Amino acid sequence: MPLLPKIAPAPLEPTLGRAAMVVLLLAVLCVLPFVLSDYRTFQLTQAVIYAVVLLGLNILTGYNGQISLGHGAFFAIGAYTAAILMDRWGVPYWATLPAAGAVCFCFGFAFGLPALRLQGHYLALATFALAVATPQILKYRKLEDFTGGVQGIVIMKPDAPAGLPLSQDQWLYLFTLAVAALLFLAAWNLLRGRVGRALVALRDHPLAAESMGINGSLYKTTAFGVSALYTGVGGALGAIAVQFVAPDSFLPFLSISFLVGITVGGLATVSGALWGALFIVYLPNWADEISKSAPWAIYGAILLVLVYLMPGGVAWMLPRAWALVLRRIRSRGGAGPGA
Amino acid sequence: MEAFLHQLVSGLAAGGIYASLALALVMIYQSTHHINFAQGEMAMFSTYLAWTLLQAGLPYWVAFAATLGISCAAGMLIERVLIRPVEKAPVLTVVITFIALLVIFNSVAGWVFTHTVKVFPSPFGAGLLPRNPFMSPHEFGSIVVTLAVLVLLYAFFRFTPLGLAMRAAALNPVSARLSGIRVGRMLALGWGLAAAIGAVAGMMVAPVVYLDPNMMAGILLYAFAAALLGGIDNPLGAVVGGFVVGVVENLMGAYVIGTELKLTVALVLILGVLLFKPAGLFGRAVVTRV
Repeated sequence: MPLLPKIAPAPLEPTLGRAAMVVLLLAVLCVLPFVLSDYRTFQLTQAVIYAVVLLGLNILTGYNGQISLGHGAFFAIGAYTAAILMDRWGVPYWATLPAAGAVCFCFGFAFGLPALRLQGHYLALATFALAVATPQILKYRKLEDFTGGVQGIVIMKPDAPAGLPLSQDQWLYLFTLAVAALLFLAAWNLLRGRVGRALVALRDHPLAAESMGINGSLYKTTAFGVSALYTGVGGALGAIAVQFVAPDSFLPFLSISFLVGITVGGLATVSGALWGALFIVYLPNWADEISKSAPWAIYGAILLVLVYLMPGGVAWMLPRAWALVLRRIRSRGGAGPGA
Repeated sequence: MEAFLHQLVSGLAAGGIYASLALALVMIYQSTHHINFAQGEMAMFSTYLAWTLLQAGLPYWVAFAATLGISCAAGMLIERVLIRPVEKAPVLTVVITFIALLVIFNSVAGWVFTHTVKVFPSPFGAGLLPRNPFMSPHEFGSIVVTLAVLVLLYAFFRFTPLGLAMRAAALNPVSARLSGIRVGRMLALGWGLAAAIGAVAGMMVAPVVYLDPNMMAGILLYAFAAALLGGIDNPLGAVVGGFVVGVVENLMGAYVIGTELKLTVALVLILGVLLFKPAGLFGRAVVTRV
């Protein structure tokens, strides 16, 4: 049985059109905090953070075919690393990101080793178990000195560097955006070249890939590590943004929402992370008005619909829809004056 | 010593519940090789159904039987409508479908029945058994119910034509279809049975952990561990695995690591079995030709 729907990775070559899109997007994203309220800016910060996480999960699940239902655990590790470093040792917030990334890389690499022997359903099961067990481990009494137990840890929101006329939320947003842009650039470079091809080859035909000389074990564990690194940096940024970490913020449903995000955004795409993040941040906002449970019911329904009708997600649908619109306009333009 | 016996017995009682849910997982795994992540939430939903029927004034065992019937029908419907289209789909598609089901059942239960924790009655009464200080009537009753379910299932698969047809459909769908068995219907029936067994587990555990939409998350994890330990294609193995996991979890919780890390025991068990003995204690080792 194949692991993933037959999805060729989205084209990643640098073209003029794509470069223009990225520059435009970045420009819009940079302007937004100056026109939005602080609260809206904070929401947007969260969306950018989730985009980083989803990109990480997509490297593992979309590109490498290793299903993870447990990325909430790495998000938690990243968040706690940042919070403990800031709270205990007074490390500046920006310095916690590389630390969180490194710690999560190690954890991810370590979890990737047993994951090598698990495939498909079983890997999903093992990572699901990790997600369910995480809050309990975080509450563990013997770790309480570090983790703050059930209460968690409260941290301070960083101020903008002296001299910049920015509010805390605006500064944090721009900081997050810069980190995310860097990470997206790195992932783009990683995935469009040799490494990306190797990951996809291992996903689609492990045997053929290995006989071409790709070191399967090394690539798969490293993919797990890199994926956890992204998720961990996302977790650290998340902790700084909400100024608080506690075990109950990392319930199994967090991991599930990441899976929802990459499915909605588009498996094996880079841009899909953005769409997925917007979806999981903004959908609960308006669905909450119906009922507290409504966002999750809608998540579930949308997952089902996507799985049946559009396994490629938004990132796959958009270019096709755009092409369709263009064709319509052209055919109408051609037929219009003559008729 | 007494405390130890008490822990042992409550481990067995919990194990009976894990065993039932593991049995439900095995039912589905046997025929389709899918691991049903929504099994726990389906059981939870069935339990809410039973609660609603009880609130309406039905006697316990009538509500019990009605819940089994409705759950079975719902299980068959889910298979037919939602699972059949992805039967041959890639693994990720199937996993996402199950996760979607999990999320939907959980949120709809929260939506309809609210998140307030509810008390669910036990049919076996409270207090202690006469001349047995180690066991509550409910613990005893739930062990008996688990074993009864196992015996009934065994008899069903061993002695009835329908059971034989189901086994044939699971073992070799192509030949089964050629000899006139409606394989699709058998798969649906397997789902129905799994849903009904899960409902039993839900109704047995609800008096202990109380009824709320998230009550099955941990229990599902133990059931996974039980099913894997016993061999995920072996019903008897699942039951043995369930009891072993229940006892190990309880003794570890009481004497070694404390109750706070019980779920980690399940995680370690799952990883351990998958890594060192993927076929479980009683399962067949699967050899894949590459």
